[in-house]
Amino acid sequence: MYGGGYIGGEETLQANQDDPIALAEFEARIAAGDKIEPKDWMPADYRKQLVRMIEQHAHSEVIGALPEGTWITRAPGFRRKLALMAKVQDEMGHAQLLYSAAETLGKSREAMINDLINGKSKYSNVFNYPAFTWADVAVIGWLVDGAAIVNQVANSKGSYGPYVRALERICYEESFHLKQGHDNVVFLATGTEMQRTMLQEALNRWWQPLMHFFGPSDTMSVHTEKLMRWKVKMASNDDMRQQFISMYVPKIWELGLTLPDNELKRNPLTGKWAFADPDWNLFFEVIKGNGPLNKERLAVRRTAEERGRWVREALLKADMKYTVPFA
Amino acid sequence: MQDNIKQPLQQFILQLADNLLVMGHRNSEWTGLGPIIEEDIAFASIAQDQVGQAWNLYQLLESEFGFAHPDQVAFTRNEKEFYSSHLVEQPTGEYDFSLARHYLYDLAQLIRYEMLSRSSYEPLAKLAKKFHGEVKYHVFHAQTWMKQLMDGNEVSKARMQSAVNDVFPFAMGVFESVDGEEALIAEGIFEGESALKDAWMQQVGAQLLEWGYSLPQLAQPVLGGGKGYHSEYLQPLLDEMGEVFRLDPSAEW
Repeated sequence: MYGGGYIGGEETLQANQDDPIALAEFEARIAAGDKIEPKDWMPADYRKQLVRMIEQHAHSEVIGALPEGTWITRAPGFRRKLALMAKVQDEMGHAQLLYSAAETLGKSREAMINDLINGKSKYSNVFNYPAFTWADVAVIGWLVDGAAIVNQVANSKGSYGPYVRALERICYEESFHLKQGHDNVVFLATGTEMQRTMLQEALNRWWQPLMHFFGPSDTMSVHTEKLMRWKVKMASNDDMRQQFISMYVPKIWELGLTLPDNELKRNPLTGKWAFADPDWNLFFEVIKGNGPLNKERLAVRRTAEERGRWVREALLKADMKYTVPFA
Repeated sequence: MQDNIKQPLQQFILQLADNLLVMGHRNSEWTGLGPIIEEDIAFASIAQDQVGQAWNLYQLLESEFGFAHPDQVAFTRNEKEFYSSHLVEQPTGEYDFSLARHYLYDLAQLIRYEMLSRSSYEPLAKLAKKFHGEVKYHVFHAQTWMKQLMDGNEVSKARMQSAVNDVFPFAMGVFESVDGEEALIAEGIFEGESALKDAWMQQVGAQLLEWGYSLPQLAQPVLGGGKGYHSEYLQPLLDEMGEVFRLDPSAEW
């Protein structure tokens, strides 16, 4: 997973404050497909947007580890247990990569994590929903990861070198997560009555959060144009949502599962999918912190940070010696 | 294989596997909650190795000793039929406790696998060689952290010393012999818990002193796990581990 998707909380961009000549050169480089590296000149808005985006992506990995993480100890059988452990571990690894990428833009990991736990910085809304059963883990592993991949593959073609390189590695690992999630879903879908019911119920629960995942319709979204020109935002919310639906809905139906949206239908002429508008009021409520689990997720993270503080402080000792590895 | 060897040998393997499974399960509880992200990742790796090793051993019990499928063996037994030590079933606690346990347990595993790689029982020797390669890194990781937190500040020193003191009696309880161990020793299958414990004590003592720890007072080892007697912590752990699997143990998950 996990990151990407629409997280919200864009800061106000400050148009036209940059040196116009440097800006023109910068834009020409991006248009030519160059990658921007940490020491290169960049507009203040570009830096600000990227820090926000990469940081929130990293937070999404960290918080995203929680709903699945609580199922590691309950995963049924060795195969599932080992796969889930490896999967959630990867997500924490992604967080590590992403915090490092964001740090190249001048914000420390500690400052980012502080902003996460004090609520200033957001993470993907989708993790504010509960994973009630083992089937929720299957649906998250397949479809939430699937949705995240749509977003991450798009962003991996972006303009900021460190983020792009992190995303390339992340996408590679994500493709395994997707297989893991799909395999899990297939076993439940082709299993006993109890397993199928469990799966269908989880799918019903997750469909709306998945439709929310890419954010509100482009018609509701702000200042996308400049970010797309700078290759910070690489695809529109609506395009990504369409891509996700066209990739996954047929596969879901093939497994004999249903989706809680009677309007889902592919237009054979345009290839576009029609679907019921999800409840955007709910979406904005969750972003504001009023989702089912926002408070709990942050509380867990805050507790983890507090419990681990003594370790981090011990590492910060000014005259710390280099520890020679043991032979 | 004669019964006087087969019985203790399968019990020995089962005990080893149960310890690994429960230890891996506990270590996996750090995933997403570690003091720094790098430690989340490290504990998750170690946990995967341990659960993977347990799986290999249950597979050996299935193929060579006629046990049920590894998932059945691991996910459906209750505490009375589990032979893991009290050390591994203790809750993760804080990072200091988990780290001290990780160090003391994995160092014992490293020496155990060194011994078992010389075992006359070929299938076990083969596995032990493979596991040894993994545990080498566990020990390296544990040593690095044991040392750097003792080199840290007053808080970390005090916490780590106290964690070592707390864990030590449990750690000594890992060396619980199976009934009939003398036959395993006589056959060159395993050199025995007592020899293992001596080697471990020597290394632990030297290393702790070198890093500035005081040696914990020698307390009575906490035994009983190897005979199926457990603390209040194991059954809830097993309930949790089997929660989904037991919904329908005949289903394919």
